[in-house]
Amino acid sequence: MLTLSQVVIRDRTNDTSCVARDGFCPDWIRDHIGDYMSPLLRHLELTVASVVAGFAIAFALALLAHRRRWLTGPITGVTGVMYTIPSLALFAILLPITGFGFVTGVVALTSYNLLVIFRNIMAGLDNVPEAAKDAASGMGMTDRQRLWRVELPLAIPEIVAGVRVATTTTVGLAALAFVAGAGGLGQKIIEAQNFKSNIVTASVLCILLAAVLDLLILFGERTALPWRRATSS
Amino acid sequence: MRHRSILSVLSTVAVVTTLAACGSDDNDSASTSTPAAAGTTASTASTSAAPAADPKLIVNNPENGSTPQLTIGSKNFTEQFILGEIYAQALQAAGYKVKKQLNLGSEQIAYKALKGGQVDAYPEYVGTALTNFFKVKSEDVPKEPEAAFTDAKTEFAKAKVTALPLTPFTDSNGFAMSQASWKKAGSPKTISELAPKFNTLTLSGSPECRSRLDCKLGIEESYGAKFKKYLPVDLSKRHEVLSNGQADVSVVFTTDGAIAANKEVLLEDDKKFLPPYNVSFLVRDSSLQAAGPDFEKVIDQVQEGLTTPVMQELNSRVDLDKQKPEAVAKAYLTESGYIK
Amino acid sequence: MTSGLAIASVFSDFSDGLDFLFHQRESVAGGVQVGGSENLPLLWKHLEVVGLSMLFAILIAVPLGLFLGHTRRGSFLASSISNVGRSVPAIALVLFFSSYLGLELKNLVFAMTLLAIPPIFTNTYVGVRQVDEDVVDAASGMGLSGVQVVRKVELPLALPLVFGGIRTSVVNVIATATLGPFAGVLTLGDPIINASVYGEAGRIGTAILVAGLAVVAEILFALLQRAVTPAALRPPRRGLRDRLASPRLARVADSPT
Repeated sequence: MLTLSQVVIRDRTNDTSCVARDGFCPDWIRDHIGDYMSPLLRHLELTVASVVAGFAIAFALALLAHRRRWLTGPITGVTGVMYTIPSLALFAILLPITGFGFVTGVVALTSYNLLVIFRNIMAGLDNVPEAAKDAASGMGMTDRQRLWRVELPLAIPEIVAGVRVATTTTVGLAALAFVAGAGGLGQKIIEAQNFKSNIVTASVLCILLAAVLDLLILFGERTALPWRRATSS
Repeated sequence: MRHRSILSVLSTVAVVTTLAACGSDDNDSASTSTPAAAGTTASTASTSAAPAADPKLIVNNPENGSTPQLTIGSKNFTEQFILGEIYAQALQAAGYKVKKQLNLGSEQIAYKALKGGQVDAYPEYVGTALTNFFKVKSEDVPKEPEAAFTDAKTEFAKAKVTALPLTPFTDSNGFAMSQASWKKAGSPKTISELAPKFNTLTLSGSPECRSRLDCKLGIEESYGAKFKKYLPVDLSKRHEVLSNGQADVSVVFTTDGAIAANKEVLLEDDKKFLPPYNVSFLVRDSSLQAAGPDFEKVIDQVQEGLTTPVMQELNSRVDLDKQKPEAVAKAYLTESGYIK
Repeated sequence: MTSGLAIASVFSDFSDGLDFLFHQRESVAGGVQVGGSENLPLLWKHLEVVGLSMLFAILIAVPLGLFLGHTRRGSFLASSISNVGRSVPAIALVLFFSSYLGLELKNLVFAMTLLAIPPIFTNTYVGVRQVDEDVVDAASGMGLSGVQVVRKVELPLALPLVFGGIRTSVVNVIATATLGPFAGVLTLGDPIINASVYGEAGRIGTAILVAGLAVVAEILFALLQRAVTPAALRPPRRGLRDRLASPRLARVADSPT
């Protein structure tokens, strides 16, 4: 005998609920906010990995350019080109090289950070007052000691400003990492493109993530540089 | 200065959220399943009690656990996600080791992944297979599902892929209009009646639809008329374009719940240029052999309940109620008695 | 040995991509032609979107920046717009407006104008604010009205930074216009997003084209920026690289897309 299915079927012809109309529904958001946690974590991972990698590379480049001034132009030029390339295009260009996934996302996002951080480290070092450098040399420090004990610490505010800009920018850009198969909040956005609650929730989480990271970096700078508490940015 | 910029960010966030909330309407709590109202298609439970439900229950066979892990894939829209989940969860209940790789992309990508061994199985529509993979012209495709299936099965066998028997439901591409556009076009019942007006209308479909014989290409060839404008949008927007008035005709799926919910008009394909669209679960020959006889048995078992009204209901739960495909698949399996 | 193969395959992927830009071929599923001259409508649409958004953004942001900068108000607004603007995902903006307003060109332009405004506004504002107060005092001392001061003194001095902001915005907008397909507008982003129609070659080829477009725009506007810098403020003659790297031509509000 034919056993009929027992799936319950609902009449939706007059369904005017908020969710059915793809609207902005605080109740739905409250119930489903947990679904956004994993993409949020992935978004955070993408950002942190890219900023750390970008900083490491930019710092190395800056030390090089500090020693050999003529390198500043070429480095700025190359990182500038990488910065200009639209992110969607860069993800697509990297796909044949690094494939789909987290790595492609990080590589692309890292390349966007290089110019900003590099420029700020260079500017920070350039702005160290001559008096401080003279005093250091006068105290008998070698060039290297002067760099690490005097110039870099004095350049920290400028460097941190660059890292802050890089971080907030990367959070915004990482929303496109889904093109490279790297996940993140952008993936969540396109999964329900019409659902306004979804778009708003993911975007607000993005902005909040940027704000929190920005605050954390600021807090880190404050703790590391107690003598600068009196001055403003 | 620093405090101010942080404050500014936070306050802007607060303002944005409040503005968006002000733009919202009264909200209802998440919809729960209620018994079907009178007059709609409702399935009634079988008269037998618990003992007769047992033959439907999927039996967990420990032997299946020692077969190689199965990767189940699916294409990139709601119905495919649900099907992929149903098959994957059913196989898991039968004791197989299952990995899911849903959301592969369009059929070209999915078929490539299947042939390449990235996935072991995924559900495909028999009509799509014939026109897109085997380049059969729309007019040459058999309109009877079983006949079309036989053709497809033979072709798939050449590629060392087994096409398992068809699902009861068919999900065809449909051409829908909003009530307003439909009345404005003279309330045509069939596509032929609308064809003379094609050159005044905007058609909307997925990006792939532009080049498909079972979509824009096919309808223009079969009915001998071209549309004024084509608006390619993501699949998820196929009903929104109608309710927004962006498009006069939109390519929808006949199992979409939104058709009934939005009171859209589905035009009849009187020239029958659309092939049948029952689903066949495609499996690599090697994977099927390694999995043993239970694989096909479980798939046959769990497909039986997938009639067109049921598929519409499941799609609605994801698209309209915004539930997750995984949860909807599980609900289907439990409500139908396949798993506890 | 395998790395040699990998490099060769990457190279062939890129040459396929370049070939896509110059020669037509059938789409992945067949039925329509893509590539080659078929890309031109995408390019024109892309440029149209960029042009319209920049036009509206400049018409809104520059007067606003001039007014607030001259009257020395709104520094809070300037900094917060810049901060928040950087972290808002462009795709959310495009989808949000197209879902509320519809899938038409004008709605995409609306979203992109909003995205283009912050760098131009912030740079104009800062450019006007940083004009030496003594110069402004001297000018009004000479009998110039407020509007004349803006027109004859503050604007010319702020112009380099204003153009710096425009330069940043143009590159941003060219990048965001690639998201057009999400709003139903077929720009150069279509082959990148919908590679299932255009193929892998289409995706890479168009990505190269878009990247090239952005770099050309950057160089063009950098030269323009230099052209509007009053001669007295220009840095001493150096090589082209150094000119482009000059801190004077630096942009105040930077946010790539």
